[in-house]
Amino acid sequence: MATQPIDQFSKRLRPDTKASVYDGSKKGHEKRTQVLFDRFPDANRLREIAGEIKQHVVENLDTYLPQVEAKLQANGVKVHWAATAAAANEIVLAIMRARGATKMVKSKTMVSEETELGPFLEKNGVECVETDLGEFIVQIDHDHPSHLVKPIIHKNRRDIATSFEKHGLGAYNDDPEVITRRARAHLRAKYLTADVGLTGANFISAESGRLVLVTNEGNSRFCLAATQCHIAMVGIEKILPRDHDLGLFLNLLARSATGQSLTVYTEFISGPKAPTQPDGPEEMHVILVDNGRTDVLASECRDILRCIRCGACLNVCPVYRQASGHAYRSVYPGPVGAVLSPLLAGEKFPAMADLPKASSLCGACHEVCPVNIPIPDLLLRLRDKAKQEHVPSPGTPPMGMWSLLASQPAAWKTALLAGKLLDYLPTSLVPVPALRAWEGSRSLPAWRGGKFRRWMQQRTPGPHPKTP
Amino acid sequence: MTDRETILSRVRGALAPLKPRAALPEWDHELASLRRDLSGQDLMAVFAERLRLVNGLALTDLAALAAYLRENKCLHGYCDPDLLAECSPALGSDFTVETTFDRSRVDDYQFGITRATGGIAESGTLIFKDHIRSPRLAALAPWVHIAVIRKSEIFTDIPQAIAALGQDPNIIWVTGPSKTADVEGILIEGVHGPGVQIALVLP
Repeated sequence: MATQPIDQFSKRLRPDTKASVYDGSKKGHEKRTQVLFDRFPDANRLREIAGEIKQHVVENLDTYLPQVEAKLQANGVKVHWAATAAAANEIVLAIMRARGATKMVKSKTMVSEETELGPFLEKNGVECVETDLGEFIVQIDHDHPSHLVKPIIHKNRRDIATSFEKHGLGAYNDDPEVITRRARAHLRAKYLTADVGLTGANFISAESGRLVLVTNEGNSRFCLAATQCHIAMVGIEKILPRDHDLGLFLNLLARSATGQSLTVYTEFISGPKAPTQPDGPEEMHVILVDNGRTDVLASECRDILRCIRCGACLNVCPVYRQASGHAYRSVYPGPVGAVLSPLLAGEKFPAMADLPKASSLCGACHEVCPVNIPIPDLLLRLRDKAKQEHVPSPGTPPMGMWSLLASQPAAWKTALLAGKLLDYLPTSLVPVPALRAWEGSRSLPAWRGGKFRRWMQQRTPGPHPKTP
Repeated sequence: MTDRETILSRVRGALAPLKPRAALPEWDHELASLRRDLSGQDLMAVFAERLRLVNGLALTDLAALAAYLRENKCLHGYCDPDLLAECSPALGSDFTVETTFDRSRVDDYQFGITRATGGIAESGTLIFKDHIRSPRLAALAPWVHIAVIRKSEIFTDIPQAIAALGQDPNIIWVTGPSKTADVEGILIEGVHGPGVQIALVLP
């Protein structure tokens, strides 16, 4: 039987890759649960309020975007707008050229993965070095990240040691401590010689124009301590209304992402460095990137724009754990990716329309989401969209017979009666081979078709029973 | 049409059919406060304990700091000039302390002593504001970073510290040493920043 693309990918995965992804995501989920529910009296209420705040932002972006722009400008930040990925990349290149800069260090930003900024800059003669350890390894391997916060969850230490050796970072050594020290020494020189540091932003406060940036390694801080110019590439949905909302979201973000109370480095940036500060950028640019987000906003799935990219839904998802992030063939993997990627794909929606189907709709993603996104509902809406647009769906079990029966009451009744025959059919005559094999060592329960319909017909409607 | 106009007109178009729009909820500080209320406790003790939980170290006197540095053979480092008068008597003549941070030889500094502007007890966090003259690199490049705060500067929790952000163009919260778990989920400290994070809490 044909299977969906995501199943096919999962089947081809190396067993040790599958084990890495499974262990990494499971551990992440367990830590999250502990640190979130242990500390707060009503952790679920936190998620609900956070979800309401982000939904409010999403539905009022027309007010918030100009407000953020004005705040940033008042703080001495140059604001740019990019409708497309190409436009965003061109803006970065133009800033580099205007400064005569040829070297950039960048910290992790998912938007730059969307726009494929690194390869674009390299093609245009700009050195662009990823500084997050995982992203650095992805870069030297010409690979793609497979998780939102653990980009190399699909690699083990032997893979990494081999890459380091190939890249001239010392003889093969797979001790994680040695790997980290070598990256430290290599990247330190890169920070200190780069002119521009590029980051994303986890949040922007509309009240103050503050960008908030979180990392554990300190790479983004090093970018902003060693370089003279800071460029932040930010999706237009990253806004929070007030500074005090940061208190809520920072409490949720690290707990949901890595099971920490707070990431090691949490930076609040509202402009170029203070005049008395010896280190840091004197020039700051923020690029507000659309790249498909306004299409999402116009769709029935705009709730997905609440996402704060914590990766909790990946960690908990039974499909992600089996299939790994690359199975989603896009920047955003896992349940959030199954919603966001087909939407961001624009005209290429049909090529991604299988992703929303790769879900059992178990609801775990909704339950862990720090901004309470009803991901299963959105997946259903996208399945419907694919159906409405007549997107072919290879690998989906054929439902033709079922829909024929279900739409014709007489046929349905006959089928139910026929099912009764199963009670009398000798095992050797069962028509389905798998069922025959199963029945060889077990016996089927007695056929019960039609019971519900009879019960429904005999039921006399009454007042709803009171809950005790 | 500029990209700005394109984006804003698409946003307006997408939102036009939405009536009414989601309201902005108010939320109470209590919601994001901790199950175990910290207000009655000694904030310094909570701060030190929480910092220890993220593998940081809180010290309360300069003699202890000098002993730690000697024991770990960290005798060459940077000290913020504003703190030098207070620190140098305890450090003694076996230390080489520079008061400017030379970025062309960042690896020469085994430790950096810089001024922090506050702490958060709940998470064991140190707060650095940009108007303090200690260079950003001196808190980042040396293996051992010592942040000096005053006991009175410790906040209870994150919402309280957010309320006190103020007008500084750059504020960074540091919660323990720089770390990664990118390789097989194994915790390694000292990735780009310090491998040892010390808070020196002075009266």
